[in-house]
Amino acid sequence: MNTSVSVKDLTLKFGAITVLDKLNLDIGDGEFLVLLGSSGCGKSTLLNCIAGLLEPTDGQIFIKNKNVTWEEPKDRGIGMVFQSYALYPQMTVEKNLSFGLRIAGMAKDEIDRRVARAAEILQIGPLLQRKPAALSGGQRQRVAIGRALVRDVDVFLFDEPLSNLDAKLRSELRVEIKRLHQNLKNTMIYVTHDQIEALTLADRIAIMRGGVIQQLDDPMTIYNEPKNLYVAGFIGSPAMNFFKGEITTAEGRPAFVTNGVTFMLDGYKAKGLLQPGTKAVLGLRPEHITVDGPEAGNTHQAVVEIEEPMGADNLIWLKHAGQSMSVRIGGSRRYRPGTQLRLSYDMGVASLFDAESELRI
Amino acid sequence: MTAISSTNTNLGTSTGAEPRGAKPKKAFSRRNIIIYGTLVVAAVYYILPLYVMIVTSLKGMPEIRLGNIFAPPVQITFEPWVKAWSQACTGLNCDGLSRGFWNSVIITVPSVIISIAVASLNGYMLANWRFKGADLFFTILIVGAFIPYQVMLYPMVIILRDLGVYGTLQGLIIVHTVFGMPILTLLFRNYFTALPEELFKAARVDGAGFWNIYFRIMLPISLPIFVVAMIIQITGIWNDFLFGVVFTKPDTYPMTVQLNNIVNSVQGVKEYNVNMAATLITGLVPLIVYFVSGKLFVRGIAAGAVKG
Ligand SMILES: Nc1ncnc2c1ncn2[C@@H]1O[C@H](COP(=O)(O)OP(=O)(O)OP(=O)(O)O)[C@@H](O)[C@H]1O
Ligand SMILES: [Mg+2]
Repeated sequence: MNTSVSVKDLTLKFGAITVLDKLNLDIGDGEFLVLLGSSGCGKSTLLNCIAGLLEPTDGQIFIKNKNVTWEEPKDRGIGMVFQSYALYPQMTVEKNLSFGLRIAGMAKDEIDRRVARAAEILQIGPLLQRKPAALSGGQRQRVAIGRALVRDVDVFLFDEPLSNLDAKLRSELRVEIKRLHQNLKNTMIYVTHDQIEALTLADRIAIMRGGVIQQLDDPMTIYNEPKNLYVAGFIGSPAMNFFKGEITTAEGRPAFVTNGVTFMLDGYKAKGLLQPGTKAVLGLRPEHITVDGPEAGNTHQAVVEIEEPMGADNLIWLKHAGQSMSVRIGGSRRYRPGTQLRLSYDMGVASLFDAESELRI
Repeated sequence: MTAISSTNTNLGTSTGAEPRGAKPKKAFSRRNIIIYGTLVVAAVYYILPLYVMIVTSLKGMPEIRLGNIFAPPVQITFEPWVKAWSQACTGLNCDGLSRGFWNSVIITVPSVIISIAVASLNGYMLANWRFKGADLFFTILIVGAFIPYQVMLYPMVIILRDLGVYGTLQGLIIVHTVFGMPILTLLFRNYFTALPEELFKAARVDGAGFWNIYFRIMLPISLPIFVVAMIIQITGIWNDFLFGVVFTKPDTYPMTVQLNNIVNSVQGVKEYNVNMAATLITGLVPLIVYFVSGKLFVRGIAAGAVKG
């Protein structure tokens, strides 16, 4: 894999606050990388450093194997799309698109050609003579993408481009961005705190927390094998159920016990040794728990507390092993509160974390 | 049957038995009387002096001696206006306000242009190009905005004398430019800071540098604040008296100082009509600025209010 963008030991401090701490990241050519994390974890800061809008305190940035750490944003071969669109309000859409090209002194017909191409790709041709104020949110964001498109760059940077849009528009544009990436095959770095966006768009997801990348993997690995407790809790909606307990042995086989309830760990793909006596946290996704399935070794009884029908799915909240947990089942299966039901688990997709280090066992 | 139902409807609307649509408001409620009463009193309070000035400036001296200052002129004459403009005497010369008017124009125009140009650049740098020591610079500027002018008069005189421009129009232009700087810079900096930062970042990614961003992005979307700065500067500099007295000589007196000298000259009879006309002429420029820019201003705010 050829690297397109490479971040080496990047450190950024605002005065005494360290926002990014010795961060390393290699992004492949044509890869769609999503930076995912909660608010304030340094996603925008990292993106701004790559764009050259913020000066790093330490470290280097390479784009196309060229050290661009001291380069101006315009010389880095990047285009950027911002959350608030950041269109120039006094210019028409056409002028917005061509602004950078005009500044660079490009020939008129070449500018026209590129604007026309971007307008065609994004289907904003009829809007070219309008001012941004006369556009809807979705149209504005398209223009903002177009402004990056006309510059014919290697790397696209997106900073939460869809978070100002309503849910329906967001899913439409999400598909469009994915289509754009498939057609253009540029490298794209995309910041979001929406995990659906991350899971659907990304080739790889980097989950950030406090300026540190927690896990960098493809979406399925992140979802199925979270490296630590934070990632496990962050990805998935509704969130993973966690049980605090201890690893033991039951009937001569490894098991997990919490509040007197025993979960057999048959089928769990442990990375290391399941040492009995280790304090641990068991994570079970709501969608990986079976309700009233075939009677197998690993079953428990529980009582329904609340039911949340969501159309396609039905989310059931139960009290189990002394704590609240949720289970997701098909939308057509209804359980009234108070109903007794039987839970069974597939340990092949469960997660077990060391309670102290919070790392996956 | 029809008759009954129609009276019913009438009753219903006249008593408002069933509330529907906009709530009817009484024209002469106590609240309205108080509001409009206060407004009228305030308006009269401000307009009456202006009325007296205009009326008096259009009367001849015999009519004024009759003593009724509120009476409209019996015989309208523009003699006092002409005299105020071109013949009224100060203690030194007798060529009216015209000399002062042109002095004021020569002082105001460059002072306004230079101070706004420099201050807007300062504000732009402070807001968007955070240079080293920007915070210190800004603090000093704010402190500067609050130092009373009187404190700085004498040092300024010495500086101008050493520069060799004391008593000249250039000297006064420098003074106005310098003294307008803190408050204007503050104004521009705060306005630019309030603009979305991403606009600036987008322009940088587009390859625009310091001047391109200033002239092609910032300036066009900041017209309202430029109009505000122009109003502040034009009226402030035109109305200035203190600096005019201190930093100029009779030849270069601005209009306000000239006016003061005409009104306060103690030769012969006091010509009230000429004095009033002279005062009105002097006040005309700020008045026009308010009217013209008021319109621009409203339009500017409306244009800026629409989010881009
Ligand atoms: N100019 C600044 N001065 C000081 N601290 C800053 C500055 N800009 C950002 N920070 C801090 O750096 C941290 C990371 O900010 P950043 O904008 O990168 O977060 P983010 O991950 O993009 O969050 P969000 O999802 O809310 O956009 C935050 O804690 C923020 O308070
Ligand atoms: Mg951000």
